[in-house]
Amino acid sequence: MTQTLSKPTETPSTPPPAPQGSVLGQTLSDMRVLIGRNVKHIARNPEMLFQAVSLPIVLLLLFRFMFGGAITVPDLPYVDYLVPGLIVIAIGFNATSTVIGVAADLTGGLVERFRSMPMAGPAVLVGHVVSGVLRAGISLVITVAIGLAVGFRPAGGLVGWLGAIGLLALFAAGVFWVAAWLGATAKTVEGAGGLGMIIVFLPYASSALVPTGSMPGVLRAVVDNQPVTVLIDAVRALVNGTGAGSDGWLALAWWSVITVAAAALAVRKFHQRAKS
Amino acid sequence: MVTGYAIEARGLRKSYGDHEVLTGVDLSVARGTMFALLGPNGAGKTTTVRILSTLLDADGGSVTVNGHDVAGNKRAVRAQIGLTGQDTAVDELLTGRENLEMMARLFHLSKSAAKARATELLERFDLVEASTRPVKTYSGGMRRRLDLAVSMITAPPVLFLDEPTTGLDPRSRADMWAAIRELLDGGTTILLTTQYLEEADQLADRIAVIDKGHVVAEGTAAELKRKVGTERLKLTFGSADEAVRAADIIGGVLLGATVSVAIDEQARVRRVLNLVHDAGFEPSAVELAEPTLDDVFHTLTGTAGAKS
Repeated sequence: MTQTLSKPTETPSTPPPAPQGSVLGQTLSDMRVLIGRNVKHIARNPEMLFQAVSLPIVLLLLFRFMFGGAITVPDLPYVDYLVPGLIVIAIGFNATSTVIGVAADLTGGLVERFRSMPMAGPAVLVGHVVSGVLRAGISLVITVAIGLAVGFRPAGGLVGWLGAIGLLALFAAGVFWVAAWLGATAKTVEGAGGLGMIIVFLPYASSALVPTGSMPGVLRAVVDNQPVTVLIDAVRALVNGTGAGSDGWLALAWWSVITVAAAALAVRKFHQRAKS
Repeated sequence: MVTGYAIEARGLRKSYGDHEVLTGVDLSVARGTMFALLGPNGAGKTTTVRILSTLLDADGGSVTVNGHDVAGNKRAVRAQIGLTGQDTAVDELLTGRENLEMMARLFHLSKSAAKARATELLERFDLVEASTRPVKTYSGGMRRRLDLAVSMITAPPVLFLDEPTTGLDPRSRADMWAAIRELLDGGTTILLTTQYLEEADQLADRIAVIDKGHVVAEGTAAELKRKVGTERLKLTFGSADEAVRAADIIGGVLLGATVSVAIDEQARVRRVLNLVHDAGFEPSAVELAEPTLDDVFHTLTGTAGAKS
């Protein structure tokens, strides 16, 4: 590369235009810009999304055709039971790349630069979370499409689906804020990969793949009441039109609290990291 | 041009637990000048820059940057500064242009202003050809130039460069120096940290030598060189081991197999050579030289076997 750095005689240009807007307006703009950044990452790095949905798809085919015949669930064909659970598992898989992405930003120089700029630093977390929720949406569409191809016939109707999608969006927001928090906590990118596994495995200890009825007492009590099970049961009931009952409200409450708490923890951790 | 200091630090202290990283750093950087903070790894250079650029709070002392108190309104200070840290602070998956536009938007320029500014900076830092490629395909020198371009988006009056050329090949380093000099010509005040004496010598108006958390000497390159004597006698021995033993006798600064002694009067040359001879050592080369910043550095920071 030749170095035709312009001659010193060319006095450096006109000063750039002054910054625009109020602090609130600027903060919203920072979020928009950084959401845009992370959305571009999805397009530039499609393997990330592919990895996140490939395993749930394998599980879907495995459970649908190999194990499914041996599993009976009350009131529903097994495939209708299975697909909502796998949607949730797929969302959990997407969260690992968020944990790693946040950790990479914080351990590299990028966030350091952001902190030295007159901008809202935690907007970088918002960028990761929103693009995470977007990836969750894409993996939902893929999982449902393949589900439909292998016999998934949800009877929930439009209202049921809208309710389910609303709950899943809230769940995804919670999961990705937890991911952002874990990423901000991790000291290294490698460590972040390990922490991300927590989110991946939580949905397995739920009613995602099999009903809890056959589990031993103590385990069943835990699994039945953990927030992922509550959410899956509610989503499953909504899309299949079997009535979510109290599960819907319970899931809403659980994941609202988790989202708010995880967001607060993530932002706090982000600021703490600045001090060292 | 406004007169006075663009950066003033008084008595900066910072500790991590029992470990005192800064034990009282004083700095005054005049407007429109380049100031180099020179010191070995772990001397406290980066910590100082992090405090001056609002990234870190000091335990004690005060800092003003372009008239703003760093402990007070951080956002106001941040609007006055640019920072290029040791790690390249750009997004690897985005292109050079996208990085510049994103950063410009984060400085709250309008969309069209951000575009125009990116175009201008890509040209100025010789990145037009590479502007549509993702940064992960860039060479080290290109990354640093992009990094510097990002720091210059708002044409800040004060720029901090933390080891801007560490890890670059000589050609890229020269490119970087040219770019930095150009910013200085444009009126930017620059504080640069470096481990390279040559870099400080080449670029800086004033140099502060920092060691173990405080400034041990400050002045122009010429002033600092004068501090270690007008000339130096350099004796090179057959082995480093021999040099160490010779340094025990004649004092001076040890650099590999070479011992360098300050010469304040001509008679000292004879005395030194006699001492060496009497002790049974024969230097393989003898040279009388102007002091380099190397000598300054090693004399002031007391590295190696300085005894004189």
